[in-house]
Amino acid sequence: MDLTWSPAEEAFRAEARAWLEANVPTGLPSGDTREGFAAHLQWEKKLFADRWAVVSWPERYGGRDASLWEWLIFEEEYYRAGGPQRVTQNGIFLLAPTVFAFGTPEQQDEILPRMAAAEQLWCQGWSEPGAGSDLAGISSRADKVDGGWRINGQKTWTTRGAFSTHLFGLFRTDPEASRHAGLTYLLVPLDTPGVTVRGFGRLDGDEGFAEVFFDDVVVPDSAVLGGVGQGWSVAMATTGSERGLTLRSPGRFLAAAERLRRLAVERPDAVTATARDGIVEAHLRAEAYQLFTLAQVTGIVEGRSPGAESSLNKLYWSELDIALHETALELLGPEAELDGPWSRGHMFTLSGPIYAGTNEIQRSIVAERLLGLPRK
Amino acid sequence: MRFALTAEQLELGSAVRDLLTGACPPEVVRDAWGADGEKSRVALWRQLADLGLLGAMLPEEHGGLGLTEVDLVPLMVEVGRAAVPLPVAETAAVLVPLLHEAGDGDAVLLALVAGDLVATAELEGTGLLPWAGCSDRALVRRGTELRLLDLTGVPLEPVATVDGSRAATRTPDLDGTAVNADPAALERAWLRGALAAAAQLVGLAQRQLDLAVSHTRDRRQFGVPVGSQQAVKHMLANLLLELRFCVPVVQRAAVSLAAGSPEARAHVAAAKAMTSRLAERAGRTTIQAHGAIGYTVEYDLHLYVKRSWALAGSWGSAARHRAVVADSLGLPPAVDPSALPWEAAR
Repeated sequence: MDLTWSPAEEAFRAEARAWLEANVPTGLPSGDTREGFAAHLQWEKKLFADRWAVVSWPERYGGRDASLWEWLIFEEEYYRAGGPQRVTQNGIFLLAPTVFAFGTPEQQDEILPRMAAAEQLWCQGWSEPGAGSDLAGISSRADKVDGGWRINGQKTWTTRGAFSTHLFGLFRTDPEASRHAGLTYLLVPLDTPGVTVRGFGRLDGDEGFAEVFFDDVVVPDSAVLGGVGQGWSVAMATTGSERGLTLRSPGRFLAAAERLRRLAVERPDAVTATARDGIVEAHLRAEAYQLFTLAQVTGIVEGRSPGAESSLNKLYWSELDIALHETALELLGPEAELDGPWSRGHMFTLSGPIYAGTNEIQRSIVAERLLGLPRK
Repeated sequence: MRFALTAEQLELGSAVRDLLTGACPPEVVRDAWGADGEKSRVALWRQLADLGLLGAMLPEEHGGLGLTEVDLVPLMVEVGRAAVPLPVAETAAVLVPLLHEAGDGDAVLLALVAGDLVATAELEGTGLLPWAGCSDRALVRRGTELRLLDLTGVPLEPVATVDGSRAATRTPDLDGTAVNADPAALERAWLRGALAAAAQLVGLAQRQLDLAVSHTRDRRQFGVPVGSQQAVKHMLANLLLELRFCVPVVQRAAVSLAAGSPEARAHVAAAKAMTSRLAERAGRTTIQAHGAIGYTVEYDLHLYVKRSWALAGSWGSAARHRAVVADSLGLPPAVDPSALPWEAAR
């Protein structure tokens, strides 16, 4: 057991902290509106210019070759400094690991530098009107044509789809094959003829969702990521990132627990026994999530894959986030109904148990794969 | 940074586990509930001493294993998993390091490590003395002073406890002998006791969960295993979730305590607060998962559930430790908001 950082890691932290303290913007509007998104892109370009956008990536793609530990440190510092949401996250945290693992060298060189520079803005095209938790039930199809694929169908709940330039998604390329088989992972520029994107309001009213329609959209063979018919296993690699630590690093929740603590210190008259206990709970769980992650990263560094354990991460962070925000609303009392960071944050937390596979799905995965309970 | 047990720590843990699988099966715990249990308790104590567990924290040059709190945690997890009906934690985690640091009680210390004496400890001052019925010595607190009581030949007043293996009595009114301990040593002893209880609660929860998983895989109703039902799956998944996130918190507390960190107090409090809650969840969930057989004393589950309940409240309840965490966060004291807005605060 060694819970200390090396001098090099401490130096990395100091450098990140100094840069973030000098550069983190304050008061950005929501990145889930058209105007707000543009403002966030400026921030993303600044991160990229100083090589903080994708610290764990190779230098040739704009990263710093940072270790997983350094990545965790950066995340901790990012949220500690009050850094805003990453509007590029679906690219850099969800698609990128898949491109690194399955992309051809040409795909990697084409996509990764542009994604890091916030020039290519990626959204995720998985869910469909008829396929949510049951992802294998997707019906959007891509038919083979000479030199490429012709796509028809519809995707939905596509986060920031209305502001993105590209979509990665799963499409049915073999209609004869059953469910998990016959799916292919495709990369689609949203300016391709036949694509229609319609943004719509999430629970907080921001246009953060979109539905994407495909009418005879033709993409070249080079749009396939990881092989025709391999879509399911390629997609599952992204799922692990989405549920586990890549998308939701502990720094985010440590920072939120600290904001909650400060809210209580600023409003001592609102600190009832219930609220006080809620703050303690938020702090305990945020730290437990951090420690769990440190153990998990130790395992990854030593070559042990977290596998189904990423479902534990997802259950834990999504539920601690809700409880934490509920306590904040309790402290705010009648002011909780004001449209503000805590009320918006609270609404956003309610998406946590839904996206990346609902928590009900995750609990079944935990029971079957970690506890060994029978599927049926 | 490497937040994982070493190969040696894992090995020692599995050695203790192997020993206890054979030496402390449920029948031994069950025997400890009755008057006939003393013989198997004595034999078990001797085996634990021979393995070196009782002197785990004594430096090697004094005949111990020279282990730290970090090494001790996986061993205490095993003691919990087996629900050992003896004051192993009190002896190995509290008394041995305390008496060694105090530099007195050499004869007692050596006898404890050798397994010739059994000793319990209770520092909260509740007036209840768990394990006194099977102990020769007891460490108790009078104010900020620690006293070592000799229980030999002393008529003790047994108390009935929910966990019938606890051999608890009223704390006897004896002077005993003073143990040389400054406030920092007293606090360390308390924190080690709480840490050892937290680690045992992890093992106990794991044992209960294992029983519930095994039962719900085998038991069939409506033509299918009970454990294939989503409601049952999710209930057990929730327990695993809570359990798995307690583990690193307990380990971190041990790291802080071993390093003499000023945060040790808050970190141990976090560990005990979370594992005391885990105990409630584990008992409630696994009894429910078993159905009616879980609500009996004929089936083994209750041995582990009841030990969990006992340890949840001992060495500081969840509420006490949560208050320590609140204090470490600098939270304002709780206000009483029961007055209506136009009334004076009560």
